[in-house]
Amino acid sequence: MAENQKQDQDRKMLRIRINDQDLTVPEGITILEAAHGIGVKIPTLCHLDLHDLQLHNKTASCRVCMVEVGDAIRNKLVPACVTKAYDGMVVRTDTLRAITARRMAVELLLSNHPNECFTCPKNLECELQALADELNVREIRWEGERMDYPKDLSSDAIVKDSNKCIYCRRCETACNVVQTCGILSGIGRGFDAFVGPFFNIPMVETSCTYCGQCVQVCPTAALTEAYHVDKVWEALNDPDKHVVVQTAPAIRVALGELFGMEPGTIVTGKMVTALKRMGFDAVFDTDFGADLTIMEEAAELIYRIKNNKTLPILTNCCPAWVKFIEHQFPELLHVPSTCKSPHIMFGTIAKTYYAEKKGLDPDNIVVVSVMPCIAKKAEAKRPELTKDENNNVDIVITTRELGAMVKEAGIEFDRLPDSEFDRPLGEATGASVIFGTAGGVIEAAVRTAYEWMTGETLENVEFEQLRGMEGVRKAAVRIGDQELKIGIASGLGNARVILEEIREGKADYHAIEIMACPGGCIGGGGQPYHHGNDEIIKKRREAIYQEDRRKKIRKSHENPEILELYRKYLGEPFGEKAHQLLHTHFEKRERI
Amino acid sequence: MAKVRTNIMVCTGTGCLANESEKVIRNLEVILKARGYAEEVQVIKTGCFGFCEQGPIVKIEPDNVFYVRVSPKDAKDIIDEHIIKGRRVERLLYVEPKQKEKINRQEDMPFYKKQLRVALRNCGLINPEDINEYIARGGYEALGRVTTEMTRDQVIEEVKKSGLRGRGGGGFPTGLKWEITKKQESDVKFIICNADEGDPGAFMDRSILEGDPHSVLEAMAIGGYAIGADKGIIYIRAEYPLAISRLNTALKQARELGLLGKNIFGTNFSFDIDLKYGAGAFVCGEETALINSCEGKRGEPNYKPPYPAEEGYWGHPTCVNNVETFANITPIIMRGAEWFASMGTEKSKGTKVFALAGKINNVGLVEVPMGITLREIIFDIGGGIPNGKKFKAVQTGGPSGGVITEEGLDTPIDYESLLERGSMMGSGGMIVMDEDDNMVNIAKFYLEFTMDEACGRCVPGRIGTRRIFEILQKITDGKATMADLDALKQLAYMVKDSSLCGLCQTAPNPVISTMKYFWDEYLAFIKDVDHPRGEGKYTAENKAEIKS
Amino acid sequence: MTVKTLDELRKIREEHLDRVRLREDGEAAGDKIEVLVGMSTCGIAAGARETVNRFVDLLAKERLDSVKVVPVGCIGYCHSEPTVQVNVPGQKPVIYGNVKENKVQEIVEKHIKGGKPVEALILHVDFKRP
Repeated sequence: MAENQKQDQDRKMLRIRINDQDLTVPEGITILEAAHGIGVKIPTLCHLDLHDLQLHNKTASCRVCMVEVGDAIRNKLVPACVTKAYDGMVVRTDTLRAITARRMAVELLLSNHPNECFTCPKNLECELQALADELNVREIRWEGERMDYPKDLSSDAIVKDSNKCIYCRRCETACNVVQTCGILSGIGRGFDAFVGPFFNIPMVETSCTYCGQCVQVCPTAALTEAYHVDKVWEALNDPDKHVVVQTAPAIRVALGELFGMEPGTIVTGKMVTALKRMGFDAVFDTDFGADLTIMEEAAELIYRIKNNKTLPILTNCCPAWVKFIEHQFPELLHVPSTCKSPHIMFGTIAKTYYAEKKGLDPDNIVVVSVMPCIAKKAEAKRPELTKDENNNVDIVITTRELGAMVKEAGIEFDRLPDSEFDRPLGEATGASVIFGTAGGVIEAAVRTAYEWMTGETLENVEFEQLRGMEGVRKAAVRIGDQELKIGIASGLGNARVILEEIREGKADYHAIEIMACPGGCIGGGGQPYHHGNDEIIKKRREAIYQEDRRKKIRKSHENPEILELYRKYLGEPFGEKAHQLLHTHFEKRERI
Repeated sequence: MAKVRTNIMVCTGTGCLANESEKVIRNLEVILKARGYAEEVQVIKTGCFGFCEQGPIVKIEPDNVFYVRVSPKDAKDIIDEHIIKGRRVERLLYVEPKQKEKINRQEDMPFYKKQLRVALRNCGLINPEDINEYIARGGYEALGRVTTEMTRDQVIEEVKKSGLRGRGGGGFPTGLKWEITKKQESDVKFIICNADEGDPGAFMDRSILEGDPHSVLEAMAIGGYAIGADKGIIYIRAEYPLAISRLNTALKQARELGLLGKNIFGTNFSFDIDLKYGAGAFVCGEETALINSCEGKRGEPNYKPPYPAEEGYWGHPTCVNNVETFANITPIIMRGAEWFASMGTEKSKGTKVFALAGKINNVGLVEVPMGITLREIIFDIGGGIPNGKKFKAVQTGGPSGGVITEEGLDTPIDYESLLERGSMMGSGGMIVMDEDDNMVNIAKFYLEFTMDEACGRCVPGRIGTRRIFEILQKITDGKATMADLDALKQLAYMVKDSSLCGLCQTAPNPVISTMKYFWDEYLAFIKDVDHPRGEGKYTAENKAEIKS
Repeated sequence: MTVKTLDELRKIREEHLDRVRLREDGEAAGDKIEVLVGMSTCGIAAGARETVNRFVDLLAKERLDSVKVVPVGCIGYCHSEPTVQVNVPGQKPVIYGNVKENKVQEIVEKHIKGGKPVEALILHVDFKRP
């Protein structure tokens, strides 16, 4: 930090003028940044600069931030988002020429946009819509041809509606630069240009991991999640069905944003109340599945260490990450843990242990997962994750879809009282809560592995060395006389770095946690839109750790319901029955 | 056969024959024989010099003296005075009407001085697949001198002094571009030849690459030496298979002679060139789009800065020059910057190749010194408008330029004067229109081209050009109102103002300039105004006439 | 062989100088006649390849071994493609336009064999090379 400040001091200072205000700014700063500093707002659309997520979209293509630079004799319009200040620069953001150019850019975009805001999934969340309002667009003078591409509904996770693509390329940057998947890129030329997979093949045929980072940054509804709200309503209204719901750890720290609450507000209790009022037969917690995952994963880790099996072990809670390794590193499929992901484990237990316990026919149980994630939708449909033609999980909805359902149900969320999750599958520990943020899974695993390996009680459960917003983190944890080397990567580009190390035999780790989304599940593709504000993700992260601290039990292997599950039903962790129910396998996939 | 010292060339074109040039020849031959000069002086019948109104024409080579209106009885003086005594026959020299000054050298005469082939110097003269012929024309001497006798700064200084500017259209001073690239601190630099010629109807670069590939290779090596690059790339569209094949042959031959490769001319300068093929997108002629395409990325421009000279191919300092620009380098080194700078105008030096097309008699390539007027190009060199039609306008700068009308014909051509007229130099396309052409249709034609060729990256380029085209379509369909014309004007300026790269910033130029000079032709299509020429409103009946 | 000095380059130049001199101004000794055919894309499209083939065939048939056919680039006279330049030592080179296949015989007969250019096909050339 001190070093940064020193660098700032070493930077050359420039004197510039914006709308008659004189200011001094450091060299390298853009007009947009300089104007922001003095309270002059310049509209933007394609521009996106998410420092913490390492996502910088600087295509300068929408021309919505044009400002006038120069003097009375010679001046020109420049894009404020990428134009750097120079000494003596004179900028005007408020000339007729600049205002007209900015408004006309939006007008042109709207002239090639389906005017269906009422029924659009991004209604009131759309940045183009907001901009049209902000720039006082009152008519669209240009009639003419519009893009006319069919919607891509091929995948279970992502819907691509290219007619709404404004070609800002944010998704392309997220997909290629941040996630290094290379699925989305500009195709077509001129008026026909839009972003899609090469030759515009259906998404389902690509190597897309469905991480949903493209959806998270899309300013319009060109990329959205597959919408499964109606399926949930149907199940809830089917008297023959026993509908159980589970919510992932990251939901409770983000759902409130959809109801105008401050980012980072913890709404666990209100969420449970809302779900109960909506008519779910049981409201459970994916955290239970997370505790179960730790039991299996920690056992697997210890087994691999003791028996000199493949190390490092890779966590595989994240289905986007699993699909990534299947497509991109098929030669490394023996490395990840074989555990199912927490919500799938939960689904399995709901349809076996819970069904038995309650005397229910598993065929009549509907498991709904509320996930911060889009990839979970596709994961639930993987063939190997159905048992006797029964889905482990039947329906997956995102945080945003849950918010929409709560609104539709007429529930005034902010006025709800708190409730507790139902038993037995609603019991969870602090260890499982932190699954929601990058580094959390591995920290939870370490809490358990520590006690199992040393036989000692772990006093301080908080491992600061495993926490942070960096894309790649390397840390060591001393467990007895052994040093456990840990790697943490969030974001698939960062995962690629670590996987390449492993492939080249240069990796020196015992365990690695990988999450597809930068920052982990709190920054997932199914979370409320951050609209370019990465502070929101930091606040969710704080809330996750706060929720952990609030829990009395903070180690997975101390979860009494989990212990009972093993005692009565599963037997030993990583044992035969556990293997049968809680573990899975991967398959090589083509890279397309 | 004895060595012939002097040739007396007598025009035997139809015009001169009618003026007794056969008799002139006979007399010359008789007198030469009588004086004993028959062996060393030869009388040659030549084809038409194209200067028939001054015939018969007699030219003495190698003295390069040009006699006009030679009658049979003048033969005696030509031999006795010129051949034997070496004195010019003053009364037979050509007198330029305006200057009343006697001119005796062919290239000084208005007709002939109009074309001067510097960039095209070897085209049509040498076998492009034989490096020896290029060398025989002085080829690779410049590279030899540069690498063995000049410092990098001296080379740059020479190019700067010559005043050479980018021939691809932008007109950025070439020497300055080299200097900026040279100054970048980097171990790896590139020099790229932009051979992505894309203007409709323009083929200057193709002609050079097909007719004289070594001139580009040699110049690239000189540029590489100057900026500190050991690697060159020629980005050429795959639609130029013959140029590609000749370049490959030329590269092979140059490497075999060690004129490309390691330790050129025994120095520690090494340089080689790769070809990269483009898929023919017009926008890839924009240098940042070209570099993206070279890297295997989508061919679309980036925001500048950073300029390629700072961050270009794979992030390294890169100098991108056009084919014709390179073709001028070797003559500058060989003949000196002063020679080059002696041609042209104050700010635009040297010559420029244009591709003449449209309603003009002599369709083809011409190379003229900067500063020549459009009138001279179109009427003197191009032979004027066919079928006795009236000249209406000429489009320079291809789809990025604008129209120039009768009143602009006498403007001396250079980068600035064309810009002032609302057009631009561009890469050298020149399309002539006659009285039958409707200017709204012309504008629509160009917009259709740029609309299709725009990469789509920026909003004005992607949607704006399409909307401009659609309004033009509406106008020519007779469905537009005055409000549409206003909208068109506003949109054209917005696209010019706001687009990301040069392609779409200049795309509205054909519309803006035709609206400026031919407003009445726009109005003629508008349904809610009276026709300004009193011909009444647009009707279905006159549609065909107006649109033709 | 590689060129390592300017002198070596100039030696190559000297060796081949006659050829280009002949083309520039006809100033060359010997009896080697050259036929240059503009073989750029445009010329080929206009039939230059057929023209070249015809020249080669006819010259072989007539056993005119001293005549060489050379493909060259274009001179930009699109309006008169294919273009052909005939270089006879000691004579100013003659450029012909619109030399389609069927015009070749006349040029071979009258100009190459008979020494008299084919007036009707002559193209007046209005440019200068430095």
